[in-house]
Amino acid sequence: MKQVYMDYAASTPVDSDVVNAMMPFFSETYGNPSSTHKHGRLALQAVEDARKQVSSCFNVDPETFLFTSGGTEADNLALKGIAFQHLPKDLGKGPHIITSTIEHPAVLQTCKQLEAYGYSIAYLPVDEAGLIDLDQLEETITDDTQLISVMYANNEIGTIEPVEKIGNIAHKHNVLFHTDAVQAVGKIPIDLSKLPIDLLSLSSHKIYGPKGVGALYHMKDITFDPLFQGGGHEQGKRSGTLNTPGIIGLGKACELSQKRLTKEISQLQEMRDYFIKRLFEIEASTLNGHPTKRLVNNIHFRFKGIEGNALHSLLDEKGISIATGSACSSKKIQASHVLLALGLTPEEAISSIRFTIGRLTTKEEIDYVLPIVKDSINHLRSISPLWKSNK
Amino acid sequence: MNQDYTEIVKDHFFHPRNVGRLSKPSGSGTVGNPSCGDVMTIDIIVEKNIITEAKFQTYGCAAAIASGSMTTELIKGKTITECKKLSMDDIIKQLGGLPKEKTHCSNLATEALQKAIKNYQKNS
Repeated sequence: MKQVYMDYAASTPVDSDVVNAMMPFFSETYGNPSSTHKHGRLALQAVEDARKQVSSCFNVDPETFLFTSGGTEADNLALKGIAFQHLPKDLGKGPHIITSTIEHPAVLQTCKQLEAYGYSIAYLPVDEAGLIDLDQLEETITDDTQLISVMYANNEIGTIEPVEKIGNIAHKHNVLFHTDAVQAVGKIPIDLSKLPIDLLSLSSHKIYGPKGVGALYHMKDITFDPLFQGGGHEQGKRSGTLNTPGIIGLGKACELSQKRLTKEISQLQEMRDYFIKRLFEIEASTLNGHPTKRLVNNIHFRFKGIEGNALHSLLDEKGISIATGSACSSKKIQASHVLLALGLTPEEAISSIRFTIGRLTTKEEIDYVLPIVKDSINHLRSISPLWKSNK
Repeated sequence: MNQDYTEIVKDHFFHPRNVGRLSKPSGSGTVGNPSCGDVMTIDIIVEKNIITEAKFQTYGCAAAIASGSMTTELIKGKTITECKKLSMDDIIKQLGGLPKEKTHCSNLATEALQKAIKNYQKNS
């Protein structure tokens, strides 16, 4: 059976050039980059070359990037690293960190933990398209505010936040600005030499690199506490033997992504818009998120009268991999926190699914998937007590 | 599929039996809440204390749809007394098992059935 992958926001296939670049670093150049002998020096040289590949994508100096185990660690490091510079008892009543209600769990759950430790966190609501309110952001800042963390683009609905304006507001009030750019990298050109961003998280496996590696960009003069105590790797900011093959893979993936960015953006956008247009042909279908301030690969819809997990199961059986935002727990379905934050009812949230396309997606694949999606929705609606066609 | 569904569950999900509503049911029961992701309706026709016809509708996941379908299959031809004893475990057993986090889906089907029976008994 034909297999179609439309969950690129979850992960991407590793590019063959990336695999080839990584291969020598498993069994040939296997030295520890911290060792001073030749085996170690060769590995270190490769790691530093990769750092240059990553940093040049963002037009900044290599030493502003440190490598992590992925986007989650980068987010944890940015938030806790800044927060832990001061104990909550030494701070005013806050808020110490301002974030949004639609962040990835890597940010939201870190904030929850910081709250449990006594830090004060403000969660900014979003409008029906997923955008934060800049006036509200500015009003929320106090003298106690250390950090603003708002994602570059949302992982579920693909809404792109006004990061430049957020950063400008942050800097006007001498507050640091961190952004989780895990979904934005490779889909939006990001020039960190021009943008008012102090800390930025990225992940390798979202940009056709290997899993288990990511990076945190940090402005040169920023100090933050490390998460791990150990051998003082990465200038003491991130202890732990460097994941040489992973880092080489991330470097190559960044280089390829930069090279293909302009072309890929226009290709993906054209396919995305076509996909969205065709899905609107389905009765009672609604696009979630923002119509234009949207990642070029994100197609997020809700279909009245059906349950997203059931549609997911039908498509999965037909070889089509997509995502739903809701998780089935023992008693009831947990609707996505992002969709609820947009003001959707739980029923609307549960009726939603996400397609994310990528480098290997073709228009033929979209044309193959569309009738299957339509048939599956018709099937579920024919069973549903909540569905009454208006036609 | 995303869950470890048995072939029986898949069959009832892809080809559900007895879908729809009955025009003149002896009893009908609806349980669940769309905001929890599950709604189940079961209609029955009872003649001489035996369920002769049953139909269902489900808004929910694959397990909920399969449970509704299986329940309507199981109750046809059975007496009201027999159907009252039908439990969640009976449905799960007939489906060849359900993933643990999905067992409540079959409960929804038995609840809808019990409600339909009560509705019939009240009407008769």
